Amino acid sequence: MAEKVLMKGNEAVAEAAIRAGCRLYFAYPITPQSELIEYMARMMPKANGVFVQAESEIAAINMVYGAAGCGRRAMTSSSSPGIALKQEGISYLAGANLPAVIVNVQRGGPGLGDIQPAQGDYFQATRGGGNGDYYTIALAPSTVQEFADMAALAFDLADKYRNPVIILADGLLGQMMEPVEFQPAKTEAELKVLDNQHLDWCCCPNEDEPNHHHHEINSLEIDPVVLEQHVIKLGEKYDKITANEQRWEDYNINADNEILVVAFGTASRICKSAVDELNDAGHNVGLVRPITVWPYPYDAVYKAVGPKVKKVVVFELNLGQMVQDVKIAVNGKVPVEFMGKVGGILFSTDEVKAKIEECLKEAK
Amino acid sequence: MQVIATRPNTLTDLNFTYCPGCLHGVAHRLIAEAIDELGMRNQMMGVAPVGCSVFAYKFFNFDMQEAAHGRAPALATGMKRARPDMHVFTYQGDGDLAAIGTAEIVHAANRGEHFSVFFVNNAIYGMTGGQMAPTTLPDMKTTTSPYGRDVDDIGYPIRVCELLNTLQAPFFIERVSLLSPADIMKAKKAVTKALTYNKEERGFTFIEFISTCPTNWGLDAIESRDWAREKMLPFFKIQNFRDNGKEEA
Amino acid sequence: MKTEMICAGFGGQGALTIGKFLVKAGMNEGKNVSWLPSYGPEMRGGTANVSTVISDKPVGSPVVAHPDIVVALNQPSIDKFGPMITPGGLLIYNEDMCPNGIDRTDINIVSAPMTSIAKEIGNLKVMNMVAIGVVMGKTGLVQKETMLKSIAPLKAKAPELYDMNLAAIDKGYEIGKTQ
Repeated sequence: MAEKVLMKGNEAVAEAAIRAGCRLYFAYPITPQSELIEYMARMMPKANGVFVQAESEIAAINMVYGAAGCGRRAMTSSSSPGIALKQEGISYLAGANLPAVIVNVQRGGPGLGDIQPAQGDYFQATRGGGNGDYYTIALAPSTVQEFADMAALAFDLADKYRNPVIILADGLLGQMMEPVEFQPAKTEAELKVLDNQHLDWCCCPNEDEPNHHHHEINSLEIDPVVLEQHVIKLGEKYDKITANEQRWEDYNINADNEILVVAFGTASRICKSAVDELNDAGHNVGLVRPITVWPYPYDAVYKAVGPKVKKVVVFELNLGQMVQDVKIAVNGKVPVEFMGKVGGILFSTDEVKAKIEECLKEAK
Repeated sequence: MQVIATRPNTLTDLNFTYCPGCLHGVAHRLIAEAIDELGMRNQMMGVAPVGCSVFAYKFFNFDMQEAAHGRAPALATGMKRARPDMHVFTYQGDGDLAAIGTAEIVHAANRGEHFSVFFVNNAIYGMTGGQMAPTTLPDMKTTTSPYGRDVDDIGYPIRVCELLNTLQAPFFIERVSLLSPADIMKAKKAVTKALTYNKEERGFTFIEFISTCPTNWGLDAIESRDWAREKMLPFFKIQNFRDNGKEEA
Repeated sequence: MKTEMICAGFGGQGALTIGKFLVKAGMNEGKNVSWLPSYGPEMRGGTANVSTVISDKPVGSPVVAHPDIVVALNQPSIDKFGPMITPGGLLIYNEDMCPNGIDRTDINIVSAPMTSIAKEIGNLKVMNMVAIGVVMGKTGLVQKETMLKSIAPLKAKAPELYDMNLAAIDKGYEIGKTQ
C-alpha cells in the first residue's frame, strides 16, 4: 500500500477525485470547503485537467452538467447554502440521467447559518433536494480516509447508474487532518476507457451518414405519456440502486446488545467513543452507521435490533432527520429515542454517554 | 434541373414548431447553413435554452444539450472544457439570456469562452404567453406590463451587445436583424463570421438577432416586421460592436 | 493508550503547527491520529486552537473535551483550556505571555520562556518548536528521532531556519526532561 500522508479531508477528497479520473472541476468558494477548491486550483492544471472558478454555485453545477453530458468525469463541491443553490442543476442532472459527483461539506443552517460542522442537509441529500421525483445516491463518510475513498466510489456509482452522487461530509471532516492512504492514480489507458464509456449517448465527435448521431441530453418531455414512461424508468433505476448499493458499518453488534445506537458521519465518531467507554464499563451497546444514507440500509438497521435491545437511540447534528428513517427501519419493534445538536455545535462524548446511560437505566 | 436551395444537413427532418411568421426558423437556418458551409457539423454541439426555442435540440442535427433556464452559457463552458476539440454554440432568447441567465452570459463572455452565442431578441417572453422581457421597449404593453413598460418603475430595456462590449475578452460582438431579406443576407454574413472564428478557436463570439413575435405582439407577420423596424431598431442599433479578427487583418 | 491534547495561542503563534508536527510524528510511528483545528471567520490575530488525538486504537471522536495535555502559548489559552485538563494531566505554557499561570494543584505544570528562547535562538517563528521539544521531553508522546525525520525536508528548503528549529527543539526537550 501507498505511504500514509496527513491531510485535511477537503484536500484528501480532491486528491482522490483526481486519482479517480476526474479531470473537470467547477466550483465557487465557500467556508468550510475552500481548501477543496484551492487544492483543485493548484493540482488540476498539473493533471492536465480543467479547473474553473464559476461565477456562482448555479453556474458551477451547470458546467458540471455540460461536461457530464460530454461523458466525462466532472465534479463540484460546496457547503450547505451553496448546495442549496445547486439543487436546480442536480434535479436536471437526475432528469437527464447524467453521472456527476457533488461534495457537500455541511455547515450550520438554515439560511446563512454558521460555518461549523452540521448534518442539517440530510433531508435534502436523501429526498432529492430539487424539483420532481428523483434520488441522488448519498454517501456519508466518517473519517478523512473514508472521505477520500468515497471519491472513487462516487464516480464509479455515478457512471454505473448514470446518476448524480452526493458525498455528504461536514465541516469537521473537511477541516480535520488524519492519515490517508490513496489508491493509485488511474493510468492513461484507464482514463481512456473512462472517457469512452459513454460514447453511445453523450455529446462527442460525429461522423457523416450512415453513422451520424444526434444525441439529446435532456430532461424535458412535454408529452405527459412520454414523461410518465421516463419517470417510471427512473424509478426502476432507483429500485435497482436500492437493491444493490446499501452500505453500512456494524460496530459491536451482537445478540446481547442492550441498546442500539444509530448515527452517521461525524456524529457516529463521537458515538463510537461513547460506546467504547460504556462497553469498557461492562455495558453492551451496539452501533449501526449508515454509509449510504440513500439508499438507506433499512434492513441492516432492523436486523441490528437484537433480541435484548430495549431501545434504539439516534444521534444527529440536526433537529432529527435520519431518525425518521430509523423509525421506518425499526418499525415499532422497540422505542426510538433521539438526541440532536444544532447550530454547528457538536455533542461531547460525555453527553452521548449520558443519554445512552439514561436509556440503559430506563430499559432495566 | 438544378437544385438551388436545399435543407441544410445540419437541420433534422422535423418540421419547426414555431408560430406562423416567427423568425426563429430563419435564425436556425442561417446557423445551420453556415455550419454546413464551414464543414463544422461533425465537430459541432449545441445548447438549447428555455423559451420558444426550447426544442432547438430536436432541430439541430448533431449532439445537443437542453439547459435549465438561463444556464446555457454555463453548460457550454462545461462542454467546451470537456471536449476542447469540438465546437459549441448556445441559442438563447431574451428572457433566458438577459434576465434569469444574466450572470452566466456576462461571465462566460468575460472568461472569453471559446463558443458562440446566438441571442434572439424579440422584446417579449414568447413561450409563457407574452410577458415583459428585459428587452421590452419603454411603454410597450405585455401581459405583465398591461399599462405599458413604466421605465420609472421597472427600468429600461437592456442592450446586451453594448453591455458585453464593456468587457475585454469577447472576440466578436454584432447585432443583426432578421426583418427583411437584405437584413437576413447581412445576418448570414455575421453568423458565418462568428462560426469561422469559433472554428478557428479565436474566442467568444456573440450575435444578437432582432426578431419578432407576431403572436404575442398581436400583429401579423408583415406588420410585426414593420413594427420591429420602426420601434426596436432605433433602440437596438444594428451594428458590429467588435471584430478582433478584422483588426488583425 | 490514547493521548488527547489541545494546543492554543494567538493566531500566527504557531499553535496549530505544534499539533500538526506532533500528530505527523505519531502517524510515522504507526499510531492512529487526528488533528482538528478550530476555525473561524478571522484569518489572523484571533485565538487559534487545535485538538489532537494520538492513539493505539482508531480515533473515535476527534473532539477533545478532557485533554491529557494542554499547550498554551498565551494567558487566554490557559484561562480557556486549563480548567478542562483531566486531573493528573499536564499543562505546558509559555511564561513570557502567561503572567497569571494557572491555579490548579491536581495537574503537572511545565513552563518555559518560549518567546525569549526563540528570540535568543534568532527567530520568533521557532517558538512553537520549543513547545514541541517540551512536550516530547516531558511526555515521550512521540520520539525525538521521529520528529527530526519529520522536519528533515526543511533542511534543503531553508537551512538556516532548519538549524534554528533543531536548536529550539533541543532547548525545549531539555526543559521538558528536567522540569
